[in-house]
Amino acid sequence: MASPMRIRAAAKDGVTEVRVLMAHVMETGQRKDSSGALIPAHFITELSARHNDKLVLSAQFGPSVSTNPYLAFKFNGGAKGDKLAVTWVDNKGDTRSDEVQIA
Amino acid sequence: MRKQFKAVALSLALAFAAPAFAQDELNFDAYREMLADGNPAELYEMEGEELWRTARGPKNATLEQCDLGLGAGVVPGAAAQLPRHFADTDRVQDLESRLMYCMETLQGIPSEQIIKGKFLKDERAKLAALVAYVVTHSNGEKIAIDLSHPKMKEMYALGEKAFYYRTGAMDFACSSCHSQDGKRIRATQLPNITKPEGAAAGWGSWPAYRVSNSQFWTMQHRLWDCFRQQRTAEPIFASDVTIALSVFMAGKGNGAEAVWPGVKR
Repeated sequence: MASPMRIRAAAKDGVTEVRVLMAHVMETGQRKDSSGALIPAHFITELSARHNDKLVLSAQFGPSVSTNPYLAFKFNGGAKGDKLAVTWVDNKGDTRSDEVQIA
Repeated sequence: MRKQFKAVALSLALAFAAPAFAQDELNFDAYREMLADGNPAELYEMEGEELWRTARGPKNATLEQCDLGLGAGVVPGAAAQLPRHFADTDRVQDLESRLMYCMETLQGIPSEQIIKGKFLKDERAKLAALVAYVVTHSNGEKIAIDLSHPKMKEMYALGEKAFYYRTGAMDFACSSCHSQDGKRIRATQLPNITKPEGAAAGWGSWPAYRVSNSQFWTMQHRLWDCFRQQRTAEPIFASDVTIALSVFMAGKGNGAEAVWPGVKR
């Protein structure tokens, strides 16, 4: 199972800043292991962030994104105590969702 | 025209030769600052925190009774005062060896498994996550190790000796790379560990997440790799020489602020 994300969300003057750290190998599919065999691609393909069930960010990721990706973004709205949920799906169909309260 | 061109070329050459320029080019601090918010070491810290609270091992116990020097279960500030002499074991222990001791005594996980294991694998990987958890709770603390105990003095002296001890196929010592200012390996600046600032820069910025290989390295891992780079015999995990070098570095860096966990190239 995928490891948890660390999500921080803080509202200030009507704008919420979200910072997300994801644990993922983000294997490109181009690398070889010590025996010369290709390491199969394994990376996040889609990511979405929801504020109280309303979609605020939708992103497509690819193999060029680093291991353990870090994502920061801002959106208009959001208040202290609101829910913010982030979900990603990878090319193997694995998925992970985490939720925090906006601080 | 020609003269003018020469003058321009000369001033350009001077600009490029200026040491300030070279320093800026090699400055990793700006990058580190950008990453400070999203240091992936946090992912290890989260894992470590869970491991600290999870009942595991043959004795099915948590580590919440583990005494890191400030009393049973006290984590904040503990790393800043390690290595230290522990009365219960009558040994000088660094964070890794102390955690290993707790895992063995409280949880029944044999230390042999970790000592004979590999970095980033199995119990040794779990130990590294625990290290990430503990050091994060000493971030920004001043390094404050107590060198008054005779065994600490002994370890400091041994560490100093090991630091200058030339060995291996290349006749290398730690001091070969770490006893002058402004030395570097490729673009990585090497701290001058013979000076307090340098020792603090080294001791106070590991454990760290290494961006180039996406791995979290503890100080034991860092030291092991230094030995490997010297082309000398691998030190045994958490052996006295590694703890002695740690006492030497931490002791010299005493009083400086620790940035834990660090971010490295």
